[in-house]
Amino acid sequence: MKDRKLSFFLKSKFSGDNIFEGAVGLFAIGVLIIALLLFGELYLESGLSRNAFGFGFLTGSIWDPVSEVFGALPFIFGTLVSSFLALVIAVPFSLGIAIYISELAPGKLRAPLSFIIELLAAIPSVIIGLWGIFILAPFIRDYLAPPLSTYLGFLPLFQGPMYGLSMLTGGVILAIMIIPITSSISKEAIQTVPIYQKEGALALGATGWETIRMSVLPYARSGIFGAVILGFGRAIGETMAVTMVIGNSARISGSLFAPSYTMASVIANEFVEATSKLYISSLLEIGLLLLLVSVIINIIARILVSKLLRVEGGGRA
Amino acid sequence: MKWNKRKLTDRIMSGMSAACVIIAIIPLVSILYTVTINGISAINLDFLTQLPRPVGEPGGGLGNAIQGTFIVVGIACFIGLPIGILSGVYLSEYGNNRFGRFVSFVADILTGTPSIVAGMFAYTFVVLYFKSFSAFAGGVALSVLMIPIVTRTTEESLKLVPGSIKEASLALGIPKWKTTLYIVINTGKSGIITGALLAIARISGETAPLLFTSFGNMFWANGLDKPISTMPVQIYTYAITPFPDWHTKAWAGALVLIVLILVLNIGVRFVTRRKYAM
Amino acid sequence: MQNKITVNDLNAWFGAKQVLHDIDIGIEKNAITAIIGPSGCGKSTFIRCLNRMHEVVPGAKVSGKVLVDEMDIYDSDIDPVDIRRSIGMVFQKPNPFPTMSIRDNVVAGLRLNGVKDKNVLDKTAEESLRKAALWEEVKNDLHKSGMSLSGGQQQRLCIARALAVEPEVILFDEPCSALDPISTSKIEDLMLELKEKYTLIIVTHNMQQAARVSDRTAFFLYGKLIEFGETDQIFKKPEEKSTEDYIIGRFG
Ligand SMILES: Nc1ncnc2c1ncn2[C@@H]1O[C@H](COP(=O)(O)OP(=O)(O)O)[C@@H](O)[C@H]1O
Ligand SMILES: [Mg+2]
Repeated sequence: MKDRKLSFFLKSKFSGDNIFEGAVGLFAIGVLIIALLLFGELYLESGLSRNAFGFGFLTGSIWDPVSEVFGALPFIFGTLVSSFLALVIAVPFSLGIAIYISELAPGKLRAPLSFIIELLAAIPSVIIGLWGIFILAPFIRDYLAPPLSTYLGFLPLFQGPMYGLSMLTGGVILAIMIIPITSSISKEAIQTVPIYQKEGALALGATGWETIRMSVLPYARSGIFGAVILGFGRAIGETMAVTMVIGNSARISGSLFAPSYTMASVIANEFVEATSKLYISSLLEIGLLLLLVSVIINIIARILVSKLLRVEGGGRA
Repeated sequence: MKWNKRKLTDRIMSGMSAACVIIAIIPLVSILYTVTINGISAINLDFLTQLPRPVGEPGGGLGNAIQGTFIVVGIACFIGLPIGILSGVYLSEYGNNRFGRFVSFVADILTGTPSIVAGMFAYTFVVLYFKSFSAFAGGVALSVLMIPIVTRTTEESLKLVPGSIKEASLALGIPKWKTTLYIVINTGKSGIITGALLAIARISGETAPLLFTSFGNMFWANGLDKPISTMPVQIYTYAITPFPDWHTKAWAGALVLIVLILVLNIGVRFVTRRKYAM
Repeated sequence: MQNKITVNDLNAWFGAKQVLHDIDIGIEKNAITAIIGPSGCGKSTFIRCLNRMHEVVPGAKVSGKVLVDEMDIYDSDIDPVDIRRSIGMVFQKPNPFPTMSIRDNVVAGLRLNGVKDKNVLDKTAEESLRKAALWEEVKNDLHKSGMSLSGGQQQRLCIARALAVEPEVILFDEPCSALDPISTSKIEDLMLELKEKYTLIIVTHNMQQAARVSDRTAFFLYGKLIEFGETDQIFKKPEEKSTEDYIIGRFG
């Protein structure tokens, strides 16, 4: 009897169930380790730069590899402005798309339309950049910039010469790239609005649009806000397409017609060439900043849209 | 009068939302169109099978970049699929506790990692360690992007497997681990496969994380520890040169890559349309 | 009269909520025992305690003794997996494995417990389907999905699947509640055949069904066993007032 107990104890301790749970558990720990390594590596390797420049790194506007002075402000500026510009363009479109697909489109069109819009998210960033260089940038230079400078030229935003590769082009291309995610999550937010919310308004004699404005949008607003934030997160981390069209000039300018530079672009362009330890470390600190900001944005967005968000493999970070 | 104005607003706003959809589709159509028009003329057997030639020399192709993309994506799958799928299995079947929910949350946040940051990580972690750009480093970078996607899609698809199926299996005297491995995974496999394929489609087009990991190479792959050419990086390299001949090559490369990715995406959606009624 | 299962002082909980109180009952061998009672009274919980499926639910607890052929299945050195192999279960809603063929469904239990020989598997599949009175209907479609069958056929497939692992006892949890009358009567006939070789317990909501198929009937109320006896006696001359109320309420 004693013997049986012991062998049972061993059998249950090392049972298939425990071994299996332990094994797959290790892989789950693996996911945490990846997250830790991601932070850890960037944090450690950027130490040199953090020690050399401290907080001045964020406010310094001189980026001079020759004399080894590194301030990231021009890139932070470029990233924030281009991403903000992208939102200004993409949000109204995304809302229009979300409203059309979830409320107005004929039933048969809804799924194919969503699919087409989401297909845009599957196109590799480098191909969108290629199209940006040869199609979008000339288009903006020839057809969008002239009327802007003619009619809105009194604003500093639209002054100066425009050669195609510019902050404006970068913002437009980012807008194109984030429309799929902002519109599809807004759509899901709108689709969670219960029928009785809409019927309430319709019963009062509201038109379709009034119903959307008075009861659908207010009800879905936190989800929509989450969608916008998530779009912002995508925009700041986006690299190739922006790098190819934004002009890559580390000068801070008030005009959207001027070239600019983003955090992701400077890494893409200079990381391979960076020779000195401090130079590499400074680029890594920019990477760390990007990672931190995108983590914070994702946490906020996920709190806002927690239930709505499905994991999508087709998207692009 | 007032009513008419409201009706008019209704019409206008409806029209504007429809216009948003149309305008948003224009870039997609334009991209597909220009890539096809500019790329198709350069595509032939040589382009798909030959090495690149120096600028000015006619002919040559992207054979090595196509080969390299398969190798780097293959490495990423080799690392990423087991970790992603098995951690997803853990989260769905054993993860209903604090640790599980935390891992799931972290994976969720990781899906938003900027891809270039994954490249920097692989650089400090692999390139600096081996003191060389390498196919392996590229694979590591891509696997970092792939793992959280696969983890979460696996978790979600296994959670959709009804409890009654698990109970049926347990009640036959099948141990829980075999139930998970053979019944639950089998039942949820179409979701797992979909997630994996979409993750592969996504990483196949990634450029930024490869710039300073797998780097580039003008020759055929000669070892996982050596720099390797990939389609996205090669397209980028060609695109930013001033040579029209290379621009054509960039378009043609883009066409090949886009076909590959769209086939994966559209194919997956057709496959998953046939769902088992459970 | 020999008892296959003897339950002593069984209590069961979901978390802090006790749902079974001090159950004592003996289940006769090669007979059909029906469990009746209003919904929520603990019928499912009770039979799930008999093959240690109760503890599959997180937070669920059991105390007491369940003796199967003199052996306490809750003894600390017993592996619940072995118990479930000898005490099979058929659920309320048919639940075939959706991605498996009819044949693979039937032999899933054997295969996953290590039987590889194709001939043995084929033979078991046929025998079990015959015992479940399904063979004639599916013998030409063994490789079709189990989901392609009708509800009643699916339920018999689940019975075949349970039979394939050669249990001694089979627990049925309202096996006909999702089925039409014709399928129901097929399953009832099947149960009457099966009791020659197996010990059967059926939970049912349907008084007529209990009266038709069972030899003995147990009436549960609020997690307690109120009355247990020969089916005839329970339905014709119940000793407890609440049993009578329940049966009359149901019949009336
Ligand atoms: N998974 C569960 N978690 C918590 N309570 C449960 C669970 N399943 C059943 N219960 C509760 O246990 C009691 C008995 O349930 P059950 O055995 O399913 O009753 P019956 O089968 O007679 O309808 C009910 O009060 C029910 O609410
Ligand atoms: Mg029940």
